[in-house]
Amino acid sequence: MGFLRTGLRTRMVITYILISILSAGATAVASYVEARTTILRDSQDPAVDGLKNAVNKLAGAIQMPPSQEALDQLANLLEEDAGGNVVTVFGGRRSLAGPELGEFTTELRREVQVGTSVVWQRVMIDGSPVLTIGMPFLIVTDEDLTPSGLEIYSSRPMVAEQESVDRMATAQWTAIIAVVIAIVFALLAAHSVLRPVRELAAAAKRWGRGELDTRLEVRGSDELAELGRTFNQSADAVAHHVAELERVEADARRFVADVSHELRTPLAAMTAVTDVLDEEAEHLTGDAAAAARLVSQETRNLNRLVDDLIEVSRFDSRTAALILDDVDMGEAVASSLRARGWSDRVSVELPVGLTARLDPRRLDVIMANLVGNALKHGGESVEVRLSAGADEIVIEVADRGPGLAPNVIGHVFDRFYKADSARGRSAGSGLGLAIARENARLHGGELSAANRAGGGAVFTLRLPRRRA
Amino acid sequence: MARVLLIEDDLAVGEGLQIGLRRQDHTVSVAISGERGLDQFRAEPPDIVVLDLMLPGIDGFAVCRQIRAGGDTPIIMLTARGEDIDVVAGLEAGADDYVVKPVGARVLDARIRAVLRRTSAERGEREQHGALSIDRAALVVAKHGAQVPLAPTELRLLLELTRSPGRVLNRQQLLESVWEHNYLGDSRLVDACVQRLRVKIEDDPANPVYVQTMRGFGYRFGPLPAG
Repeated sequence: MGFLRTGLRTRMVITYILISILSAGATAVASYVEARTTILRDSQDPAVDGLKNAVNKLAGAIQMPPSQEALDQLANLLEEDAGGNVVTVFGGRRSLAGPELGEFTTELRREVQVGTSVVWQRVMIDGSPVLTIGMPFLIVTDEDLTPSGLEIYSSRPMVAEQESVDRMATAQWTAIIAVVIAIVFALLAAHSVLRPVRELAAAAKRWGRGELDTRLEVRGSDELAELGRTFNQSADAVAHHVAELERVEADARRFVADVSHELRTPLAAMTAVTDVLDEEAEHLTGDAAAAARLVSQETRNLNRLVDDLIEVSRFDSRTAALILDDVDMGEAVASSLRARGWSDRVSVELPVGLTARLDPRRLDVIMANLVGNALKHGGESVEVRLSAGADEIVIEVADRGPGLAPNVIGHVFDRFYKADSARGRSAGSGLGLAIARENARLHGGELSAANRAGGGAVFTLRLPRRRA
Repeated sequence: MARVLLIEDDLAVGEGLQIGLRRQDHTVSVAISGERGLDQFRAEPPDIVVLDLMLPGIDGFAVCRQIRAGGDTPIIMLTARGEDIDVVAGLEAGADDYVVKPVGARVLDARIRAVLRRTSAERGEREQHGALSIDRAALVVAKHGAQVPLAPTELRLLLELTRSPGRVLNRQQLLESVWEHNYLGDSRLVDACVQRLRVKIEDDPANPVYVQTMRGFGYRFGPLPAG
């Protein structure tokens, strides 16, 4: 059904055309038949009546059985009186003038021979329509009408009538105008039906793109308007749910941010004295020394966790800002390593003079997390490789550790994801890699993790290169 | 070692820092509001002020500006991590350095000592650069013979730049030499200090001739236009 697969517009136009052709055709046929019948009846009834009357008028003068002269004379008189070409037949004889008897069909002749009424028939002779009439001459007795054996036939051409019928048939082709008009109407109707459909499709597409405030302008009260109204109602409902979800999520995030900030003040007081605890621990013995060191160490860990939570909540609330500066990439990476005392533990490949415009603090955060992570899990053979393409800066941090298990590799950037549950909490806040990736994305870059050929993991940072 | 005025509204943080700094041989007095801090500052001028920016009443920025208006006492501000607006506004108000809370007493002590070192004299001659005369021994800068009052960090930055006129120093180098930040520091410290220095020594701070910006590289002193 290829037809059903074509566009709605095409289908509507075709349907309109078919309907208009059918109705115009049916009307044309009906009116043609009606007119033709009328035209033909209007000419054949007078002919039939005329012949009947002429015979009635002469009935008294006809002697039975008629002589040859009487047959000829009767035919002549009837032609004069009623028109047409008349032939009279009695027994084996016929009038000398008049049409061939072959013009009259056998059925007509039989009707006339056995019947008691006038019969007529339209026949085509040499391609022209001819009205043939036949009637028996009846002898009237008291009770009955008896055929006398005398048959009267008349034939008259109907060329003029046929011509007017033909003209009428030709005129029916004006129905083509109706078809043209139908096409115009079909296009208009298709347009008015399809416009709301098109609008609905466009609105649904916008909606799919996340423009949840998209609504349709609804006109009228037909089915399509009803569809538009349903769309709007559904859109309202979904927008409401989305807003509700966003509100709940924003509340949850704000709570995390608030909690983190509230933790900060007591932590600041504790941090101020961790140095004191560390120093005093050297003079203490036994449990007191261990306790002092534990409090000091865990205060530092808690600080890092709270800092990371605040950083993450800043990404979540999209308030994290880039402070761009022109940075010598090799120098920046080396500084990050130097500041943490890692310079001797990491082998580097840092091209000189490679500059980019980025946020140096955030680059430092990324490097600290990646290298710190590699040193922790990858042993001492950590490599940092800096390179640049035309549009991006690439930094690879690779180690020769055990690598990432297949079930872990997709989760290393998840928050609080711990690949090894046995690993101590003090290994980190659990947010480091998540924060590193957020920092990369804030720059419009990406951070990815993979396993190296030959063992070990490699983290690849790609940052768009905004030239210094 | 130094007399420190700590202006911090949180009692526990104030006490913690006081304990920690005291162990580093500083004399610490704590004020719990901006108003009290200014009163104590006038009554008993300290060597250095450690100032929390988020204070009830007069906030840290206003305190910073008032102290700057009256003298060149070094100011280290305490800020919450990552609140970038705080840092910029604090530096514009005239702070010499900033420390992100939470901070251990040893780190704060190191910063205090670094700032205070900026006010120590050097050996050297009187130098003349255009209308500026610089006396490294007396730590006095004059323009057209009139003394220009410079905060310690501004002075130290100018001394660092004039040590090698015409040579470009990048921000990280300046952070290490002036601020003694031997880690990846915040270059906005340098930018803010350069702005303040220009206001004091340039004829037209928008078109500087003494401290010139080399975009993408850093800053350099001069070269001065002929005449």
